[in-house]
Amino acid sequence: MDSLNLLLDGFATALTPVNLLYALVGVTLGTLVGVLPGIGPAMTVALLLPITFNVPPASAFIMFAGIYYGGMYGGSTTSILLNTPGESSSMITALEGNKMARRGRAAQALATAAIGSFVAGTIATGLLVVAAPLVVEFAISFGPEDYFALAILAFTAVSSVLSRSVVRGLASLVLGLAIGLVGIDQQTGQARLTLGIPQLLDGIDVVIVAVGLFALGEALYVASRLRHAPPEIVPVGRAWMGRADWRRSWRPWLRGTALGFPFGALPGGGAEIPTFLSYAAEKRLARGTAKEEFGKGAIEGVAGPEAANNASAAGTLVPLLTLGLPTSATAAIMLAAFQQYGLQPGPQLFDHNPALVWGMVASLFIGNTMLLVLNLPLAPVWARVLRIPRPYLYAGIVLFAALGVYALNNSWVDLIVLYLLGLLGFAMRRFGLPVAPAVIGLILGPMAEIQLRRALAIGAGDVSTLVASPVAGVLLVLSALALLTPLLRKLLRKVLAR
Amino acid sequence: MRLRRLAVLTAVIASVTAATACGAGSDTASGTSALRIMAPAAPGGGWDQTSRTAEQAIKSIEPARKVEVFNVPGAGGTIGLAQLAGDKGNGGVLMTMGLVMVGAVEQNKSAVTLAEVTPIARLTEEYEIVVVPAESPLQTLADLVAAWKADPTRISVAGGSAGGTDHIVAGLMAKAADIDPKQVNYIAHSGGGEALNALLGNKVSIGISGIGEFAEHIKSGKLRSLGITAPARIPSIESPTLKEGGLDVELANWRGFVAPPGLDEAATKSLTDLVTKMHDGQAWKDAVAKNGWVDSFQTGQLFADFLTSEQTRVKGIIAEMGLVS
Repeated sequence: MDSLNLLLDGFATALTPVNLLYALVGVTLGTLVGVLPGIGPAMTVALLLPITFNVPPASAFIMFAGIYYGGMYGGSTTSILLNTPGESSSMITALEGNKMARRGRAAQALATAAIGSFVAGTIATGLLVVAAPLVVEFAISFGPEDYFALAILAFTAVSSVLSRSVVRGLASLVLGLAIGLVGIDQQTGQARLTLGIPQLLDGIDVVIVAVGLFALGEALYVASRLRHAPPEIVPVGRAWMGRADWRRSWRPWLRGTALGFPFGALPGGGAEIPTFLSYAAEKRLARGTAKEEFGKGAIEGVAGPEAANNASAAGTLVPLLTLGLPTSATAAIMLAAFQQYGLQPGPQLFDHNPALVWGMVASLFIGNTMLLVLNLPLAPVWARVLRIPRPYLYAGIVLFAALGVYALNNSWVDLIVLYLLGLLGFAMRRFGLPVAPAVIGLILGPMAEIQLRRALAIGAGDVSTLVASPVAGVLLVLSALALLTPLLRKLLRKVLAR
Repeated sequence: MRLRRLAVLTAVIASVTAATACGAGSDTASGTSALRIMAPAAPGGGWDQTSRTAEQAIKSIEPARKVEVFNVPGAGGTIGLAQLAGDKGNGGVLMTMGLVMVGAVEQNKSAVTLAEVTPIARLTEEYEIVVVPAESPLQTLADLVAAWKADPTRISVAGGSAGGTDHIVAGLMAKAADIDPKQVNYIAHSGGGEALNALLGNKVSIGISGIGEFAEHIKSGKLRSLGITAPARIPSIESPTLKEGGLDVELANWRGFVAPPGLDEAATKSLTDLVTKMHDGQAWKDAVAKNGWVDSFQTGQLFADFLTSEQTRVKGIIAEMGLVS
């Protein structure tokens, strides 16, 4: 149990008052930037990078890790309360979370998100300690054909969130796929759908699309209804999670963790796909009341994706620390921070700088606990945000959405794109098109495309490479099953009925 | 209530970033003019890092001067370049740039080219390295050339963005080996280790990147170097050069400063002097050593000529690879 001793030493490093303060600053900042649409943990860490000139490494990384975890958690708050996710990874949370809030269960939704994040973060950090080498082997063995199969599986899995009307769901999905095409094609360097506007060459950031379609679209829609209907009365409800809420939450937390952690470790896995898969899994596994509640605010649909989201953040640290491989934007900037200190993450880091690595791992546990302590008592307080008169509330949302999106690239073109997408989001709401599939298409489409083309290029055009690896084969079979099972079941029922 | 809290927290974030950005805390404006350094990329990348290091280094030699870094990301730096070009005659702005921008200008058919700006100085450079996975049957550069000539499509080359430095190296190597550069089966990856992952997983034949990104994995034996793009062997890594292996390819991924167009001689000289002073200071030397950069300082006409020759060379190879849109 060598790791355990090192971890205890790590706690000794992390538990100094100064480092605790850095952890507190980190999680607070992180929660804040998670709440603000547009500004994410990656940008925050990048802007704070210069502190590496003045602060010892252990303290800096403790703060950065706090920002990362805090950001992953913070995004859920606005998703749940206002249907305006601050990050694309908390988009799925809005689906059920906001419905819960409208039924007066905002406090429960926020609580299950907070506790789920804590549980997932803690378990995933534990896995980071014991399973890092194994997970890394698995992550490296993933080739382009496997990623392609994974994207296909995610597509089929989330087809269940395409809303009741398949046509409308598909229309929304195609919109997202089209937006995903904008920009320089990575493989050939050619510009697509950029209309000659140089600011579009890098594509449209998924944050702008999520904020535009969700936050601005929602604000415009609410504004358009304001004088048509009497204000929707949001019941306040109970303040804490009841026994039934706990009973329904713990399994989704664990399943979300199991999905999120390995995905975080995959370069290109990202935090979004595990939230999609977790939502799809919870929806399929739901029985009884839960099954009826899905689509109207089921707690499982908040607990699972939130856990997956946070677990993926811990998963990201596995390849970063063991191989120096950053698998998310935040991780890439943390790698730059390591290099500022003259440290090269990789196999040697654990041997050469055990105090730093284990101090950081320990601080993850501490940061997680801090997040829970900070956010759980606040859940009922946050829930009261819904009582703010809506003109003020949504004016604030529009302001912060614009601020956050402008902060991404300091580009006014982004603001124009944001407003156009806001109008599109309004139109989609007005005509009953679901918004989530568009963002899903935007995230999965480019990934599926680039990985498919990479796999084919490496295989010199041989289509059989797509099923050559066992992982890809299994994933594609699962996708086929997900598509065909309902059909087969219908067929079987018909046959039996005869 | 939430809004008030948000406002307060925004103020906190702003003050924290402001406080850290100001580092040494030199607000007293005492005659010396303020300097703004544009990093034409998002925070965290190489240009951003160079800009922020320069900011600190200038502050250390001239504590009274106000120095500020700002980011104008997008399209390989050409968005920033266009903005700089519009700032005619402004002697208080520097833009960090490098080889990648030379390629991006060509590839994106940018309306503004580097011929318009005022060259100030080249600062650093980094050589590229060509590697194979440890399991690869290719032992030497000669093995690679033989296999490549036999069937160019079978050799998949992993590197950074299409048209970037890594891709240019691949094109130059193919050309030197008498292979049509259009035939290179280049697999572009976004930055941040994606290409490294493909190599560690033995999914691609060869990989090209800056030495820094692969060095650790060559030391640990997971990757094997076939050659570097330096004119001669360098101490920081144990590897032959491409030239030794028979491919006449030499390329340095350099970074430097340019200033807006239309500067008078006095303004150009004052910027050049400031950058020279920064380069001679201890803070810059320390940062160069810490980041493993190679100091390749060059100013005035020398740098202007170098910039022109790089534009010609990159334009040529990008056209030969069929990359101009």
